[in-house]
Amino acid sequence: MTLVVEDLGVSDLVRDVLFEVGKGERVGLIGESGSGKSLTALSIMGLLPDELRASGSVKLNGRELLGESERELSRLRGNEMSMVFQEPMTALNPAMRVGRQVAEPMSIHGTRRDHKAAAAELLDSVGLPSDAVRAYPHQLSGGQRQRVVLAMALANDPALLICDEPTTALDVTVQARILDLILSSTRQRETSLLFITHDLAVVASVCERVLVMLDGEIVEAGSTLDVLTAPKHEYTQRLLKASDLEAS
Amino acid sequence: MSSLIEVRDLERRYSRRDVHALRGVSFDVEPGQRFGIVGESGSGKSTLVRLLAGLDQPTSGSITFRGQRVDGVPERKLKFLRSELQIVFQDPMGSLDPRMRVRDIIGEPLGRVDRGRVAELLDAVGLPADAADRYPHQFSGGQRQRISIARALAPRPSVLVADEPVSALDVSVRAQILDLLADLVDRFELTMVFVSHDLGVVRHVCDTVAVMRRGEIVELGAVDQVYDQPAHEYTRELIAAAPSLRAALAKLTEGT
Repeated sequence: MTLVVEDLGVSDLVRDVLFEVGKGERVGLIGESGSGKSLTALSIMGLLPDELRASGSVKLNGRELLGESERELSRLRGNEMSMVFQEPMTALNPAMRVGRQVAEPMSIHGTRRDHKAAAAELLDSVGLPSDAVRAYPHQLSGGQRQRVVLAMALANDPALLICDEPTTALDVTVQARILDLILSSTRQRETSLLFITHDLAVVASVCERVLVMLDGEIVEAGSTLDVLTAPKHEYTQRLLKASDLEAS
Repeated sequence: MSSLIEVRDLERRYSRRDVHALRGVSFDVEPGQRFGIVGESGSGKSTLVRLLAGLDQPTSGSITFRGQRVDGVPERKLKFLRSELQIVFQDPMGSLDPRMRVRDIIGEPLGRVDRGRVAELLDAVGLPADAADRYPHQFSGGQRQRISIARALAPRPSVLVADEPVSALDVSVRAQILDLLADLVDRFELTMVFVSHDLGVVRHVCDTVAVMRRGEIVELGAVDQVYDQPAHEYTRELIAAAPSLRAALAKLTEGT
């Protein structure tokens, strides 16, 4: 198992969260705002706000992450595990050219020395033209920015990629392309994916398994097909009904 | 009978940034219609809303509301439009004054204290009467959007413009707000102009849809016809790209 989460709790906000993500597996985490999806992701990454504490156990490739020092965690982030956030503009440094920025995970973790070539390869791998190297984030469209963020997240071939609503801020046609890109690049590298979204259609097209979160707890888990076609929990049923605008 | 809103050859350029936001847009909205405008960011949807509401002036072209010109008219002569046409915005927190009680927010367009009317409006949007004493931050996103809707209905408008009213809301709340809007449109015999980037949402509430791209309407027609037999390539592309739960599940079922 790439990721094993046991009895994870965050103050009173997340309770008894238990799940695993296997190598190359794509798992969706769905629920409404405030249900604890993002806190779960942040506890795995060791990025919880100072006032919150995680308890329980989070293991990445067998190694316990909870209680690990910031120094150790920073060695893992951007290397063994990485994260793509909803809003690419806030995830990128507005004052740094895209080329330098995209190669940063490699220069920080010392995985490659030829930064210029690495930047060009990375941008190419997410379908951006080579002149994007010299651009600043504001000169790119929302979809292009999210491609840059994804390239950075995948730069060091992490074992685990967490995407938190990566396409919610994008147009539908752009969303479709970014989802394709996330799928193809994680498949190719056998990256384990934890994909957070409130959009059931998106989870159905990306994930093999799905976890449903409500008020800080996982109330239902199973294969995407089972959960979305034969939901057991009342909340999942309600969510499905509300999502299916085609019904009426 | 003439149309309620007539838009003709509407152009809007922003010369400083050299942006051609609207390029010759024309359409009519009939009384009682639920007119959807769908498009991606940069398509000109928001510019169009601003022009319809008389919040901005077109570079050329005209907008008439019940036969009266809206474009090129000074604000003091737009009073008829301000009460007749009301807008519900995307982000309820950004459009509600955080320091005003709900009673005062909803009552503000009335220009006087009218507790009876406020209670009536709260009831219409499905909020309890004691909501009047509270402040916007004490409500959830969906409830706040109900407050915005109540405020929009206060001056008894004939047209409700909804600009991405559910885009900031959770899925489970989204359906409730859409149903509420549809109910209110029926109950108060409103005409609705509904702007969204989400085709599923537009299909759910509108009878007519205009598809916009780069400042132009590329397709206009009855909702079912546009969705079932899209004539323009861009409409087909939009429909194909929109994540559909049914399509995704059908694909999964096939795979097993």
